[in-house]
Amino acid sequence: MTKHFLGDTVTLLGRSLRHIARSPDTVITTAVMPIAMMLMFVYVFGGAIDTGPTSYVDYQLPGILLITVASGIAYTAFRLFTDMKSGVFERFQSMPIARSSVLWAHVLTSLVANAISLVVVVLVALLMGFRSAAGAPAWLAVAGILVLFTLALTWLAVIPGLTATTMEGASAFSYPLIFLPFLSSAFVPTDTMPGPLRAFAEHQPVTSIVNTIRGLFARQPIGTDLWIALAWCVGILVVAFALAMNTYRRKIS
Amino acid sequence: MTVDQLREPAIRVQGLEKSYKGLRVLRGVDFEVARGAIFALLGSNGAGKTTIVRILSTLLRADAGTAGVNGFDVAGRPADVRESISLTGQFAAVDEILSGRENLVLIARLRHLRDPGGVADDLLARFSLTEAGGRKVSTYSGGMRRRLDIAMSLIGDPPVIFLDEPTTGLDPQARIEVWQAVRELAGRGTTVLLTTQYLDEAEQLADRIAILHEGRILVDGTLDELRRLLPPAEVEYVEKQPTLEDVFLALTGGGGRDGHDRDAATDA
Repeated sequence: MTKHFLGDTVTLLGRSLRHIARSPDTVITTAVMPIAMMLMFVYVFGGAIDTGPTSYVDYQLPGILLITVASGIAYTAFRLFTDMKSGVFERFQSMPIARSSVLWAHVLTSLVANAISLVVVVLVALLMGFRSAAGAPAWLAVAGILVLFTLALTWLAVIPGLTATTMEGASAFSYPLIFLPFLSSAFVPTDTMPGPLRAFAEHQPVTSIVNTIRGLFARQPIGTDLWIALAWCVGILVVAFALAMNTYRRKIS
Repeated sequence: MTVDQLREPAIRVQGLEKSYKGLRVLRGVDFEVARGAIFALLGSNGAGKTTIVRILSTLLRADAGTAGVNGFDVAGRPADVRESISLTGQFAAVDEILSGRENLVLIARLRHLRDPGGVADDLLARFSLTEAGGRKVSTYSGGMRRRLDIAMSLIGDPPVIFLDEPTTGLDPQARIEVWQAVRELAGRGTTVLLTTQYLDEAEQLADRIAILHEGRILVDGTLDELRRLLPPAEVEYVEKQPTLEDVFLALTGGGGRDGHDRDAATDA
């Protein structure tokens, strides 16, 4: 059945993209929450946070971008859950199609939807005074890291999408992911944090990813942060993919 | 299709068993469905009807026993089985956000047919949905949804179709529409396995009826054969043949308003 994998995935991707085009609110609400946070951080707290020579809007944008992705993938879980519950999923599984294409279509849809939300957030940041000296290669590198991060979190989102028994359960898993950037270098430099918290903040995935994106935007040397960030993203991606596929195989027996 | 396949019944189920967490849902189910027949699996909720359909459509694995569809073993050659079947589940599996036509085109594409748009338009016409075809399915009535659902199942002309409780939750008018669609299918030579908890539905549609109770097939035969299982009702003024309902309730021991009559009969 693998001979149809690409064609079936494209067909099913077209279906999910139609869903997004017809309920644009799912993409907009994904962008609204991070934008509201960005407004609050820049105009309420920002003045009191010392980020050295970097303007605060530049400083906090990478963290906001990760929050955007973390809240966006909740909709992947939601869409998958809806398919599971409505019987559409079973219809696809009982048809002569490449079975994994059902999952891949949802994953690719997540990439598209998150990309749109991210562009909206960056545009708002530009209006708020965000400026970057980065050239095309640096922007491409930022895009690449965000795609990798989105893929990793999306495969994570597939697991609750397949196993949740309620709508709330399907999307609740994303709350800790949205919260994680607050315990990192995303909004405040880590050196003001108390010892144990600082140790956690400096060694969790968000910090290295945020530092990498911030460095790329500012055209500063990134050093080992890039490799740590890539290692985290690929590591989460591989583990989440393996768990999701395993869950999927058990679901469709 | 080979000669062997043609000689085989469309569906053959032998000694099928399935348990969920210690609860034995199927306790050795056997039946066969001839090619082109409408076969009704009749049973109450929880009798195991949906479990059988899920096993036959490769969505679930049996614990024991064998099942073959269109000559292919469901465990050994699931891909060939999926080429041969189409499933219409208990709840209309239609995409609410797409239009009726888009739903049909989607399935035609996934079945890798050459002219998905043409296939969709033909089916819309056949199921009197041409006018509604461009509208979102979320605006459809229950009957229209079911009709679309069945239309989606016909795409690619699979030789075997499973209809799991196709009329549950439908109003009488919509039920009749679905019945017409099923009769039309059988008229074209498609084998239909139908599950239902409605006795009149089985009586109306099926060539053969099997009564499934607590995971076993109690009887399996034509309506006339089932009727002969019970003696005709006592003749007083008018001879009254037992209805299928009487047969069903007598066999499954179901209570209800007939319980009193049966008690009286046992006493006598």
